[in-house]
Amino acid sequence: MTAALPISGAEPAPEAPVLSVRNLTVSVATEAGAKPLVRDLSFSLHRGETLAIAGESGSGKSITSLAIMGLLPPNVAISAGSVCLGATDLATLPERQMRALRGDRIAMIFQEPMTSLNPILSVGAQLVEAIRAHDPIPRAEARARALDALRAVRLSQPERRLDQYPHELSGGMRQRVMIAMALALRPQVLIADEPTTALDVTVQREVLDLLRDLQRDLGTAIILITHDMGVVAEMADRVIVMQNGAQVETAATRDLFARPAQAYTQSLLAAVPRMGSAPARPAPEGEVVARLTDVSVRFALRGGLLGRVTHQVHAVEQVSLQIRRGETFALVGESGCGKSTIAKAIVGLVPHQGRIEVAGLALSELDAAGKKALRRQVQMVFQDPAAALDPRMRVGDLVSEPLLIHGQGDAASRRARAAELFARVGLSADQLDRYPHEFSGGQRQRICIARALALNPQLVIADESVSALDVSVQARVLDLLRALQTEFGVAYLFISHDMAVVENISDRVAVMYLGQIVETGTRAQVFGNPQHPYTRRLIEAVPVPDPEHVRVASPRLSAEIPSPVHALGQGPQRVRLHDVGEGHLVAV
Amino acid sequence: MAFATAPETARPPSALRRLMRRKLAVLGLVVIALVVAGAVAAPHIVAHAPDEQMFDGLTLEGAPMPPGGAFLFGTDLLGRDLFSRILYGARTSLIIGVVANGLSLVIGTLVGVLAGYFRGWIGAVLMRFTDLMMAFPALLLAICLAAIFQPSLWIVAMVIALVNWVQTARVIYTETSSLATRDFIAAERTLGASTGRILIHHILPHLLPTIIVWGTLGISTTVLLEATLSFLGVGVQPPTPSWGNIIFENQTYFQSAPWLVFIPGAAIILLALAFNLVGDALRDVLDPTQRGRG
Repeated sequence: MTAALPISGAEPAPEAPVLSVRNLTVSVATEAGAKPLVRDLSFSLHRGETLAIAGESGSGKSITSLAIMGLLPPNVAISAGSVCLGATDLATLPERQMRALRGDRIAMIFQEPMTSLNPILSVGAQLVEAIRAHDPIPRAEARARALDALRAVRLSQPERRLDQYPHELSGGMRQRVMIAMALALRPQVLIADEPTTALDVTVQREVLDLLRDLQRDLGTAIILITHDMGVVAEMADRVIVMQNGAQVETAATRDLFARPAQAYTQSLLAAVPRMGSAPARPAPEGEVVARLTDVSVRFALRGGLLGRVTHQVHAVEQVSLQIRRGETFALVGESGCGKSTIAKAIVGLVPHQGRIEVAGLALSELDAAGKKALRRQVQMVFQDPAAALDPRMRVGDLVSEPLLIHGQGDAASRRARAAELFARVGLSADQLDRYPHEFSGGQRQRICIARALALNPQLVIADESVSALDVSVQARVLDLLRALQTEFGVAYLFISHDMAVVENISDRVAVMYLGQIVETGTRAQVFGNPQHPYTRRLIEAVPVPDPEHVRVASPRLSAEIPSPVHALGQGPQRVRLHDVGEGHLVAV
Repeated sequence: MAFATAPETARPPSALRRLMRRKLAVLGLVVIALVVAGAVAAPHIVAHAPDEQMFDGLTLEGAPMPPGGAFLFGTDLLGRDLFSRILYGARTSLIIGVVANGLSLVIGTLVGVLAGYFRGWIGAVLMRFTDLMMAFPALLLAICLAAIFQPSLWIVAMVIALVNWVQTARVIYTETSSLATRDFIAAERTLGASTGRILIHHILPHLLPTIIVWGTLGISTTVLLEATLSFLGVGVQPPTPSWGNIIFENQTYFQSAPWLVFIPGAAIILLALAFNLVGDALRDVLDPTQRGRG
C-alpha cells in the first residue's frame, strides 16, 4: 500500500467511501410472511474511520453486520438495498466470490473468542490457514507473516503462542489472536461485533487501545457494533443509534453525546451508569445479617497414577466481611477472582473452610433441617435469568415454588402471594400462567427477583444479576432492587465486574483480586479515594461515556494475572489489610 | 371452557386436547387402537385358530396359499391361516413392544438419572455396570437368562427388558449430567428443594423428549429381538405366533412365498411408525417452548 495515510478525526476524509450501505433492508421469512429485521439503513464508511452502530438487543445491529459479511442465517436475507465495497455490490455477489472477499478485504471479529477459534487446531495453524486461503504463499512464509501479526497485536511470547491451542490462552489473548487473524490480510473494513463485551474491564481497555493503534497504523475502516456507550465514546468517530431495526439517529460522536436529538438516544444515554453520579446516602448501621470470618474455598486438582490431590485451586483465600441489614454490599473484581465462589459458599453450593454466619447461625454447625431453614434467609439471583428459570415450568409455579418447598400456605394462598410479588416487581398477575420463554430478558430477571423475595429473606445475593441486560433495562432493574430494599429492609450482596454499576448501587464495597480482598470500605472511601493500585486500575479502565473525557495515560500491563493454582501444602501469600481511616481497609 | 370467549390469559388447553389437534398423532393413535382391538378381539374376528393346520390351506403341490381368496393374508408353510396368526401374534408383539420396552425404559432412565445426577461413586458403579452390560453380547445374555428360566412370554419380556435398557441409560446419563450443571438446578438447590423434588419436577420433564424418542425406537428393536430369541428356540415357544417368529419361520421361503415375510414385517413397521407419530407429537405438545407451532 503506497497511499498516504489519511488523518482520522471528526472530519470525514474527502475520498470515496470504502463501504457504502444504501437503503439496506433485511427480512426473516416467517409463516406470516417476510418480517423486516433491519429497515432502510444507509451509511458510508471511509478509510481510517470508526463507525459505531449502537443499540440494545433486538435493534438489528448484529444482523446488519452479518448482512454486510454475507453470513446471514438461512431464513434471513437482504430484501432490498445495496452494500457496496468499493465498486462491488456485496448484496448480489455469489457466495463463491463473497468467500474470496471475506477475510481478504472485509473481516470480522466476534464477541466470544473461545467459540470463534477452532479448539483442536493450534493458533499458528489457524493463522496460516487464514492467510493461505487468500494468498497462496509457501507455508513458511505464511508462518512468518502469522508471527508478525501476533507481534502486531502485542501478544507476549509470540513464537510460543503459535504452537499453543486456544484453551491455553486467556480470554484477552484469544481476542488478540482473533484480531491478528482478522488483520493479517490487511482488510479495508473490519467489523467488530461486541469485541470486548466478554472481556474484563482491564483487558477490554487493552483490546480497545490495540484496535485504535492498529487502525492508526493500517488505516483500516472499523464498524464497531456495541451496546456500551462508554466504548462508543472512546472509539468512534461517528455513531448510528438503532432501535427495532431502524436508524434512530446518526451524528458525529461528540455531537451525539453533547446534543442527542432524539428522545430514544436521550433515554439511552441517561440510562448509562456513570461513575460519580450516584447520590450519597448514609451507610446503614443495622444489625449484621451475614458475617464471613476467614472463609476459604479450595478445589482439589487430582493428578498422577492414583488420582491423588496434587494441587489446589485457591479460589477464595481467608476472606472476612460483614453485611448489615438493609445495606448493599458489593464485591467487585475480574473473572476468576473468586467473587462468585463466595456467593456459592454462602448458599452452600460449594464446601468452604472458615466460618459463615447468616442470621446468627453458622452454616457448618447446622443439621439438614437447620440448613433448609437457613435457605429461607438467603436467596440468590443469577446472572442469566433465561438459564436460572426452569423452561418447562409456568412462571407462577416458579415464583411460588419456594413457598411449596418450605411448606408455607396452601395452593390458593401461594398463588395469591405469587400474584402479589408479580405486581410488586412490575409484572401483571395474568402473566402467571405463561412460560419463561414468553418474557423478555428484563422481565425474566424480575421473575427471578420475585422468586428470591417469596420467602422474605434477609439476604439476597445478586450474582452479576444485571450484567446480561440492556442498559435501559438494567437501570430499571437497579431501581427496582433499590425500591425493594427500602420496602423490605433486605440486604444485598451485589457481585459485579461493572465498576459503574457498583458505584451506583452499593453502600459498601470490597475489591477482590486472586481470591483475596485487597481493598474494602464505604463506597465513598473506595471510589473517592482508591488506595490499592488494583482498585485504581479497575476504576481507570472503565470506558467513560463522554467523548471529551481525557484519559490519563496508564502503563500498559502485559503481565498475565498469576495463577491461583498452588501445589498441595503451598498457598498464595496472604495480604494484610491496614486501616487507612474510618474502616477503609487496604492491602499492603 | 368456551372456545369463542376464551381470553388470551386463560389457562391453555390441556396437553391431550392439543395432541388431538394434530392429524398425524390422531392417525398414529387410530393405528395403535386398531392393533390393540384386533389383538384383544382376535377369537371373535378370525375363523381359524392360529395353530390349526388346514387341509385346504395348502395347494395340491404342498405350497402355501397366496393372499386373497379364501384366506385374506394367505397361509403359511404348514397351511395355517396367516391372518389369524398375525392377529394372535399382535398380542405377543404388543406385550413385548410395550411392556418389555417400557420396562427397559424405566430401568434405563432410573440408572441414567441416578448416575448422572449424583456422579461420584454411585455414578461410577452404575455406569461401569452399564458399560459391562454393553460390552457383553446382549443375545448371549438373553439366551443364558432364557435358559435358566422356563421360557414363557413374560419371561421373554423380562429378559428383553434386562438386556435393552443399556443404551437408554447411557443417553439419559449424558443428558442428566449436563442438566445437573444448569443454573436452574443450582437455583433449586439454593431454594432448599429436596433431591427428589429436583429429580422429579426439574430433571425428568427435560428428559421426556429423549425418553419418548428411545421408547418409540425401542418398539421395533424389541419386537425383532423377541423374534431372534424365538428363532433360537429360547423365545416364545411355537406354535404361539409372534410377528417376529412368523418372519423367522418363513424367511427361507422368502422368494417363493414373499407375503409370509412382507405382511408381518409391514405389521411391525406400521406399529413402530404409529408409536413414532404419537411420540413425536407428544414430545412437541409437552414442550412449552413449542406452543402454538404446528
